[in-house]
Amino acid sequence: MIEIERLNVVFGHRASLVHAVDDVSFRVDRGESFGLVGESGSGKSTVLRAIAGLVDDWTGGIAVAGEAQGKRRTLKFRREVQMVFQDPYGALHPRHTVDHILKEPLRIHDLDPSDERVVRTLEEVGLDESFRFRFPHQLSGGQRQRIAVARALIMEPSVLLLDEPTSALDVSIQAEVLNLLSRFRRERDLTFILVSHNLAVVSHMCERLAVMRQGKIVESLEIEQLRRHRPNHAYTQQLFQAAQGYSRDFVASIADDL
Amino acid sequence: MSEAPLLEVEDLHVTFHTPKGPVEAVRGVSFILGREKLGIVGESGSGKSQTGRAILGLMDRRAVVRAKTLRFAGTDLLTADAATMRRIRGAGISMILQDPKYSLNPVMSVGRQIAEAFLVHHKTTRQEARRRTLEILEAVRIRDPERVYRAYPHELSGGMGQRVMIAMMMIPEPEIIIADEPTSALDVTVSLQVLAILDDMVTRRGTGLILISHDLTLVASYCDRVLIMYAGRIMESCAADQLTNAEHPYTRGLLNCLPKIDEESESLPTLVRDPSWAADEVVDGGPAG
Repeated sequence: MIEIERLNVVFGHRASLVHAVDDVSFRVDRGESFGLVGESGSGKSTVLRAIAGLVDDWTGGIAVAGEAQGKRRTLKFRREVQMVFQDPYGALHPRHTVDHILKEPLRIHDLDPSDERVVRTLEEVGLDESFRFRFPHQLSGGQRQRIAVARALIMEPSVLLLDEPTSALDVSIQAEVLNLLSRFRRERDLTFILVSHNLAVVSHMCERLAVMRQGKIVESLEIEQLRRHRPNHAYTQQLFQAAQGYSRDFVASIADDL
Repeated sequence: MSEAPLLEVEDLHVTFHTPKGPVEAVRGVSFILGREKLGIVGESGSGKSQTGRAILGLMDRRAVVRAKTLRFAGTDLLTADAATMRRIRGAGISMILQDPKYSLNPVMSVGRQIAEAFLVHHKTTRQEARRRTLEILEAVRIRDPERVYRAYPHELSGGMGQRVMIAMMMIPEPEIIIADEPTSALDVTVSLQVLAILDDMVTRRGTGLILISHDLTLVASYCDRVLIMYAGRIMESCAADQLTNAEHPYTRGLLNCLPKIDEESESLPTLVRDPSWAADEVVDGGPAG
């Protein structure tokens, strides 16, 4: 479904050149959920943004559903591939109602912006009709993220790009949003790429993952390998250890490269 | 321990008076802090941060703080005048905030900011303050203290910035440190390194630490004792290493909805909130462990 071939993204120029994504290749099959894990600055979000067409200066190959993508994306691509962002506070227009937020992409794509469709989509993400004319500031963080998911789903996409979709949420709300996403993937045969720094979230949501560091993929592995605590690369092991909580011995073992 | 506890909190209430009526953010919190690492966990809006701020009297103007007892090493914080509170803030109780980007002064060099924290509480010379600042920067394992002394906050990484903040809070040698989500803006390995530094300093000087966090795994592995807050109240108090055996349905619910790396499941259990939790009898956070 998605094929990434030697993707490179470079920001800045001359002395302040940053190689944000360095020769990254991977493929994701239809209906599969693929995780990208790494710490801040590893380039994981940039890969996602390059796929979505939100980054201009990339080289290499990006193919979605068999079609190689250029600098400009078609209207069809923009309907098929939807993104959910990290911060539900920043991702929704503060002066637009939920109704407006959900109808805007339908209008852009000349699809039917009917009230019925909005109500149906709201119901699918677990919100009732009473939310339709609210503004984002009248919603909790979890409700906002549901609206962001609804805005993606109302386009009936085949690919969802998820950039830390639950890291701004409390764990109880995180569980609800993750369940919602899993259910949609099952019901609609969606393909996911999930970017997260949280190994447990990726392990729950994905079948395979790649670990990124300083723009490069250091290791690709099956979730089974992770579950059986058998990552190969030292960096993956370090991330895995860190996810287990605080331990003196572990901190002493981290190479001090701050 | 026979000495007076570091901090006594009894029946703490924080109320915000808003145009829509009063909102009670903290409703009857009681606990005693000794020379230990106490974790306060809860979801957003549970009142954990307001509890920390109320202790230091860092409240919004609309907020009203009431308590039966709020005492720091024998000093009553409820009746203390502004001068006493200024003396206590920093030298008695200090606070580490979440994000060094927003909590350090952007137009003052890091060294001068730390030295200022020392000079406010000690009658001493600038040279002495400078010497002490370099010492403490070394103690928080900054490799080149001289360079960092002259640096401005924007020149530091998140992990370095948070070490600088710890240095600034430690230099007046406080009895209690309140750390409100001190590492949630940092990457996980950096976060653990920063916590280890804090752990060392707290252990060496016998400082009492209150760690406010939403991260159950972290608090369970780092602290000695944990208070679990919900809707402005303490739901449960337990030894940190016993958190996984917690009994309160709220705590259990929170633990259950965490995804686990080594378990496969179709869907995660979600938290079903019982209205009775918010109305339950007040649980005492208990004595120092």
